[in-house]
Amino acid sequence: MMSVGLPHYLTLAAILFSLGIFGIFLNRKNVIVILMSIELILLAVNINFVAFSSFLGDLVGQVFALFVLTVAAAEAAIGLAIVVVYYRNRGSIAVEDINMMKG
Amino acid sequence: MNEQVSPFASYVIALPEITLVLGAMVLLMLGVFRGRDASEIISWLSIVLLIVVAGLVLFIPATGKVAFDGAFMIDAFSRFMKFLTLVGSAAVIFMSFAYMRHARLVKFEYPILILLASVGMLMMISANDLIALYLGIELQSLALYVLAAFRTDSLRSSEAGLKYFVLGALSSGMLLYGCSLIYGFTGTTGFSGIADGINTVGPNLGIILGLVFFMAGLAFKVSAVPFHMWTPDVYEGAPTPVTAFFATAPKVAAMAMFLRVILSAFPDITHQWQQIVVFISIASMVLGAFAAIGQRDIKRLMAYSSIGHMGFALVGLAAGDATGAQSVIIYLTIYLVMNLGVFACILAMRRSDGMVEEIDELAGLSRNSPMMAFLLAMLFFSLAGIPPLAGFFAKFYVFLAAINAGLYTLAVIGVLSSVVGAYYYLRIIKIMYLDEPAEKFEPMPGTLKIVLGLSGGLVILFFTYPAPLVQAANVAAKSLF
Repeated sequence: MMSVGLPHYLTLAAILFSLGIFGIFLNRKNVIVILMSIELILLAVNINFVAFSSFLGDLVGQVFALFVLTVAAAEAAIGLAIVVVYYRNRGSIAVEDINMMKG
Repeated sequence: MNEQVSPFASYVIALPEITLVLGAMVLLMLGVFRGRDASEIISWLSIVLLIVVAGLVLFIPATGKVAFDGAFMIDAFSRFMKFLTLVGSAAVIFMSFAYMRHARLVKFEYPILILLASVGMLMMISANDLIALYLGIELQSLALYVLAAFRTDSLRSSEAGLKYFVLGALSSGMLLYGCSLIYGFTGTTGFSGIADGINTVGPNLGIILGLVFFMAGLAFKVSAVPFHMWTPDVYEGAPTPVTAFFATAPKVAAMAMFLRVILSAFPDITHQWQQIVVFISIASMVLGAFAAIGQRDIKRLMAYSSIGHMGFALVGLAAGDATGAQSVIIYLTIYLVMNLGVFACILAMRRSDGMVEEIDELAGLSRNSPMMAFLLAMLFFSLAGIPPLAGFFAKFYVFLAAINAGLYTLAVIGVLSSVVGAYYYLRIIKIMYLDEPAEKFEPMPGTLKIVLGLSGGLVILFFTYPAPLVQAANVAAKSLF
């Protein structure tokens, strides 16, 4: 039987990370999907940290992962608050409607 | 060289940050219990707090001390940069009073958010470990996202906040992915540990990949091309005092962090990161020069101008030695002073029916308010880098550092793009001095006069006595190596 090693975790994290990036750039529908993509990116990073931490036998990676989780929660709260403010002004949160300023 | 201190002494080293964050909490409570009436008092108290903290930063002896098990460090570099950031933050709160009153935006949350962002910036400057660096960046960014969307009844402002948030979170994600790879392949998150790790294992693919992602995240924070796309929209949409803040203190702090992390954690792979820095520096200078030409909105123009200026500051970093670091420190100081002055003028562009932001509205300013037109013209000459104004010396030092390091192409492209960039600054001066006068602006509030006067004076008279700044920057740069 094949054992699950560090490369498998890194590959999984890289796939999740790329999905998150593509989710932000290809998505044309809804800002909430962008928030989900951001979470996906941060979770991919956490998988990386925990996998490295376990492989190196060093706890710092797991501590870093805990900090990332905490900050991700704060970031989601602020992101949703900004989306609510935007919705009140614009009446829509479709990505193609976010076009007041061009550049 | 860097001495490790006991747990108790760690708190003394972090005293400015602790004072600032506790002070921000006290002021927040004051705002919550006293309501909206206390907003202006809280703004004044915030300015006092920032000045006290700046005093603390100067007062605590900074001779390369590492605190909290290597997570946090102070040295001459951190002292200089922290002082600069705190002065920038205090000046922005000081400039905001009139605008906030006219926009019916007097809220106590505004100075509190600036204070919290300043705590984040101080942490970024002092970080000596990837965890501390990330937490500093996030503390700063989360406060800035809210500030960009501060005018909750304006579609532009909330759109600016939304765009800044999405792209900022993306860049944090890239930075973190880079951190995770660097941690995985060197086995540590401390800057000196990373340097040792790279020294032993050599530049393998994992570390290089991590470095690229990490630098992409950092480039976003200093708004360097190709991660600049948020800058013009956020500068245009955010309330003008917030734009003034974005253009000054966070840029200085982010550049200081860039300098420290690259020079202290990756000294053995200079060749690798130098290529990246040279590329983003050239791209920023060229885009900053060309894209600003067609702009009609002055805040958008300042956004492209700041992209270009960050490109020039990166020229000094690309040199990668003490002279280069010294030139970046000088550049950032002069950049901060010039931008505060220009934004004081932009905040004074008010008619009886509200703020105006079109460049054409400045027409004939020399006849309506000659003093403001003169100082603004001097500031624009300085931004363009025309001698003998301060901006010329800023550019002179970075190009000198690039030539000393043998980066001739970079220096030549820099000088050429600075010539192209001069066109759009001179165009504004032409509009102010030669075009038919537009309607007069409302009289300039006293706070803006003070900031503009100080900034204009410093820019014009810098050449008479540049020694203190050059000396201080020299000491600060030496402490990085």
